[in-house]
Amino acid sequence: MASITGVIPRPTSYAGIWGWMTTVDHKRIAVLYGVTAFIFMLIAGLEAGVIRMQLASADNDLVGPGRFNQMFTMHATTMVFMVLMPLSVSFFNFVIPLAIGARDVAFPRLNALSFWIFLFGGILMNVSFLVDQVPDAGWFSYANLTEKPFSVNRGLDYWAISLLVMGAASVAGGLNFIVTIINLRAPGMSMMRMPVFVWMTLITSILLVLAFPVITVGLIELTMDRNFGTHFFIPSEGGDPVLWQHLFWVFGHPEVYILILPAMGIVSEVLPTFSRKPLFGYPFIIFSGIVIGIMGWAVWSHHMFTVGLGPVANSVFTITTMLIAVPTGVKIFNWIFTLWRGSIEFTTSMMFALGFVALFIVGGLSGVSHAVSPSDFQQSDTYYIVAHLHYVLFGGSIFGIFAGIYYWWPKITGKMLNENLGRLNFWLMFIGMNLTFFPMHYLGLNGMPRRIYTYSAEFGWEHLNQLASIGYVVLFVSFLVFILNVLQTRNSRKVSHDPWDAPGLEWSIASPPPPYNFAELPQVDGLDQYWIMKERASAAGTPITEPEALVDESTIHMPSPSYWPIFTAVGVTLIGGGLLSHYALSFVGGAIAMMGVVGWSNEPPAAPSEHH
Amino acid sequence: MAHAVEHEYTTTGLNHRKMLMWVFLGSDCLFFGSLIATYMVYRGQSLVGPYPIDIIDIPLTTVSTFVLLMSSFAMVQALSATQADNKKGLVTWLLFTAGLGMIFIGFQIYEFNAFKNEGLTLGGNLFGATFFTLTGFHGAHVTLGIIWLLAMAYIGGKGRLGPNTALDVELLGLYWHFVDIVWIVIFTLLYLIGGFDAGPVPIPSP
Repeated sequence: MASITGVIPRPTSYAGIWGWMTTVDHKRIAVLYGVTAFIFMLIAGLEAGVIRMQLASADNDLVGPGRFNQMFTMHATTMVFMVLMPLSVSFFNFVIPLAIGARDVAFPRLNALSFWIFLFGGILMNVSFLVDQVPDAGWFSYANLTEKPFSVNRGLDYWAISLLVMGAASVAGGLNFIVTIINLRAPGMSMMRMPVFVWMTLITSILLVLAFPVITVGLIELTMDRNFGTHFFIPSEGGDPVLWQHLFWVFGHPEVYILILPAMGIVSEVLPTFSRKPLFGYPFIIFSGIVIGIMGWAVWSHHMFTVGLGPVANSVFTITTMLIAVPTGVKIFNWIFTLWRGSIEFTTSMMFALGFVALFIVGGLSGVSHAVSPSDFQQSDTYYIVAHLHYVLFGGSIFGIFAGIYYWWPKITGKMLNENLGRLNFWLMFIGMNLTFFPMHYLGLNGMPRRIYTYSAEFGWEHLNQLASIGYVVLFVSFLVFILNVLQTRNSRKVSHDPWDAPGLEWSIASPPPPYNFAELPQVDGLDQYWIMKERASAAGTPITEPEALVDESTIHMPSPSYWPIFTAVGVTLIGGGLLSHYALSFVGGAIAMMGVVGWSNEPPAAPSEHH
Repeated sequence: MAHAVEHEYTTTGLNHRKMLMWVFLGSDCLFFGSLIATYMVYRGQSLVGPYPIDIIDIPLTTVSTFVLLMSSFAMVQALSATQADNKKGLVTWLLFTAGLGMIFIGFQIYEFNAFKNEGLTLGGNLFGATFFTLTGFHGAHVTLGIIWLLAMAYIGGKGRLGPNTALDVELLGLYWHFVDIVWIVIFTLLYLIGGFDAGPVPIPSP
């Protein structure tokens, strides 16, 4: 091959830190995503802590308005783009190839590239703290608050450019999973035999690749307004700030489903497993997911009811928004009927899944209440909205993700998370979550606007705010319990390959799975394939007690590690970093990325081996 | 590279990379769609000149559009030469495609420069901002395509392209035709329809 690939010899082993940096194994990339996102979650949690401390008493002056704006902006931006999305992607990475009976994703190196670009983009966003030019215009950064006269430091540039960088990672990841799911299913696994989590991943990935280009254009126009003298969103020069809102929410509403659909998928795996019966109405769940994915594009203006788009637009978007509650409701009924007459086992994972269903119903109902545009006029920009969005994103996404963590942890590590600590984790999180966010409904209806840094005692908001701040402390402790639980797994017992007697293909192989996943690609005969296999085996009098036997790794041709993904990711990030410092750096970054692409394309996906 | 393609198992029988390219183009549609939407929303909203009718030169751009269209023809020839294992032909046609692309970019540079001299800038009015952003990003796509074409011509010159690796050329072709089609849309909307817009008269509301 070309000489450029020979500069540094191709990595061959997975040992040490170099092994992690050059890995293309989907299971290791999943771990990288998970750990990174969890660290970002702790950062975002501390930012939330500052918010709750500031609001704990009336007329508080712990932080000033400027710092407070930075805190809620970075909390939301971090949670949406650097915690919920990558935690979901972590599960995509770990579970999807295993659940569809594949050895890896379709493009292992592209997968590594996605992770590294995401990581560097996330770091770039947080570099804004080091230079103390922190984004402060909220996570949807409405123009013209984001324009130069109102935001003079470079905070919003950090925000826009880091999101552009991370957007590239999301699109690349989305492309990869679409191709993987459509094209790498094991023989016999038709679309309607795919586990629900796989389906939800497919829909999420399609939303990712279609929604991110829209925000990309918005961010480019914002960056050009701030740096190259255009007036896209400046009204005094003819520009229209509402265009930003349209671009943002055309992306932003599908983004909401990007955040919740993976959690719905996880819950649809967990509930049947611990109810000991198949998911009720599988095709209804799938088609509801598809309908949500399509209708998610037709509801964005419900974020803009109070902008003044007129009664026709508001009526239309009221109707579409109320319609999208139908497929969501269908799913909830399916989950409840899955529980109906099942032999329910209250594991931690199951409790988080049940918590998801309960809290998501609360968030869904408050959502319906501001789908009605006249009612939304009363609620817009109040704490009622904050309560709603935390019920669907914390009570929904985070609870779903924790259900997934407790469910797949034994598969990922081969060890069990402690169930007693797990229950403590669940109850603290459940109580803390409701204590923090339920009072916000009342605060909102009593007129407390969101994003104010302090309030006067005479409004009577103090007690409920104190309650919310106490709830934060409970949540904080619940996360400590989770970390403790993770740390103690080092001493916990090894588990069998199938501790839950689960239906998915991923449970048929060893825990943790060998690098090649399946020694032989499985032949799929129906939905819940591993239940089918186990049933057949016990009917034949030879119940399955062992995972698929391990084979000699060197007989299976796997993609080799590569340093080009991280190399290219450095280049891509430098392009963005240059826009924030010296344009020359962007050219250096462009050159590095170009070199990376050349090296990449000159390198075969798998190093030649004697077995080939 | 050849062995990367042959032994792949896929559920649908379609090649992974081909599917990736199609989905990527779908994604890119939304990118250009949003840029075009911005242009259309701001049509006729510029407060000061120059306005499209003052500077848009339809005959000139018709020539460059024709050149870009012909490059798609050359691209088809390059792919068919690759599939027919015509080593010399494929390099010639790839270079020819790249050359036509470069002529198109040359027209664009000339046009940008002429517009700048007539006072159209990014910051001057909304027409300038939307025009340069949209056509600029299209030009960047064409430039990337040219680099890709030249790289493929180089690889072809070394004798490494043939029927077994025709997919490499096919993917480049998909990208190139897509960029070409986007230009047809831009030409229609910005030149043939929007090219006669004048002054800050608001578009009559429906």
